[in-house]
Amino acid sequence: MSQRALDLGVPMSVHFDITYRCNERCVHCYLDHDDHGEMTTAEIKRVLDELAEAGTFFLTFSGGEVLMRRDFFELLEYARRLMFAVRIKTNAVMIGEAEARRMLKLGVDQVQVSIYSHRPAVHDAITKLPGSLRRSVEAIRFLTAQGLRVTIANVLMTANMRDHSGVQALARELGVQYTLDPTITPKMDGDTSILNLRIPGAELDGVFHNKNLVGNVEEFCAPPPAPDEDVMEGYPCSAGHTLAYISPYGDVFPCVQFPLPSGNVRRQKFLDIWNHSSELNQVRSIRAKDLTVCSSCHHVGTCTRCPGLAYMEGSMRGPSTADCEKSFHRTGIRSANMLRQEQSVPSGPLIHIQPLNA
Amino acid sequence: MTEKGARYIAKSSAIASRLLGGEMMIMSAVDSTFFTLNPVATVIWQAADGRMPLAEIVDQHVCAEFEVDPEIAHRDAERFVEELSSHGILLVSERPFSEPGVSPTEAA
Repeated sequence: MSQRALDLGVPMSVHFDITYRCNERCVHCYLDHDDHGEMTTAEIKRVLDELAEAGTFFLTFSGGEVLMRRDFFELLEYARRLMFAVRIKTNAVMIGEAEARRMLKLGVDQVQVSIYSHRPAVHDAITKLPGSLRRSVEAIRFLTAQGLRVTIANVLMTANMRDHSGVQALARELGVQYTLDPTITPKMDGDTSILNLRIPGAELDGVFHNKNLVGNVEEFCAPPPAPDEDVMEGYPCSAGHTLAYISPYGDVFPCVQFPLPSGNVRRQKFLDIWNHSSELNQVRSIRAKDLTVCSSCHHVGTCTRCPGLAYMEGSMRGPSTADCEKSFHRTGIRSANMLRQEQSVPSGPLIHIQPLNA
Repeated sequence: MTEKGARYIAKSSAIASRLLGGEMMIMSAVDSTFFTLNPVATVIWQAADGRMPLAEIVDQHVCAEFEVDPEIAHRDAERFVEELSSHGILLVSERPFSEPGVSPTEAA
């Protein structure tokens, strides 16, 4: 299906943040939670019509916290009437039995709930909402009791880096899926201060060599095979190819992690942006062979390189340092970017003195 | 009016679907099973409004739009309906779904 969507140029998946408002204040969050003029119910419904027309199949409602919108269920019902496969990302704090029942009735495909730790003190310190772990876990029980598919998303940072086993055990106890993500991204305004929350390399090593997290460690951590022509002619990821992101203000981006403004659905039809945006076309034009540093890297065919993180570092064709770190800690092999940085340590004089009359 | 011996088909509401390059993609919201319908099956799916009997759908849509032996078309359509209904994404009734007391949900 993805290949077919790619061949046809269809935005198969859309991540739609319907609000940036949130009832939690997670320490690692990249969003500004003030409302700067969210789209109205009518505007969002119109965008949903346009997404259905464009061929979107998977629709992820996210935020912020989606339930901060009073019209959330109205939007969900509308989306389901348009036959989207709807996935919801939430902290679940506002989900009770009635909300869970309603989600089941409306045919929600999956609910992803953010859980940072099995220990209330750690989880609540990250969300800055006292009692949030208890409420989120209670909500997961409501959701699973209805038969809904739930995934616990466990973002790892310095404050909770030793708690993944506990969260995984909690997921098992609750009978839900577990996914771990060690990625902390800069704030949307470019502020990189939260990057110091990223877990250190030694911890990444531990994560990538933990069979309970990655399955077959030998396979997962194997040295990368030499890239062939298919790899070099391939696309870095689905952002802008079969995936798009829409903000609560109508801005369209290639992906939630790729803050390249590509149009606004308040001013243009989604399909016009998708088909004609010069920014999206620029993203689509990039092949692995075009990457300035990564094309010569051993990891080019297996790296999780995020073009959005690379863009935030300075160039969508450049490397994403966080992913270089991941490739290195997974395989023990330095990336081309790491080697380049090591070699670029200045060897000449620290100060160049120029004559005053120059 | 209900035709004697007729079968009526309607889409379940517990699915996600989208037309992609002339083929219908369907996912069951119950177990996330994924189906891709070929162009003939897509035509039947699109006509499954719960009011037109299956045999009529085949005659009016399939046989009219595709070069196909009518007997084979009817047999294949029956098989297709059995397959999708066994996964709960297509609902089958001996009465039209618009009749009082028959709704896609109840008929499931």
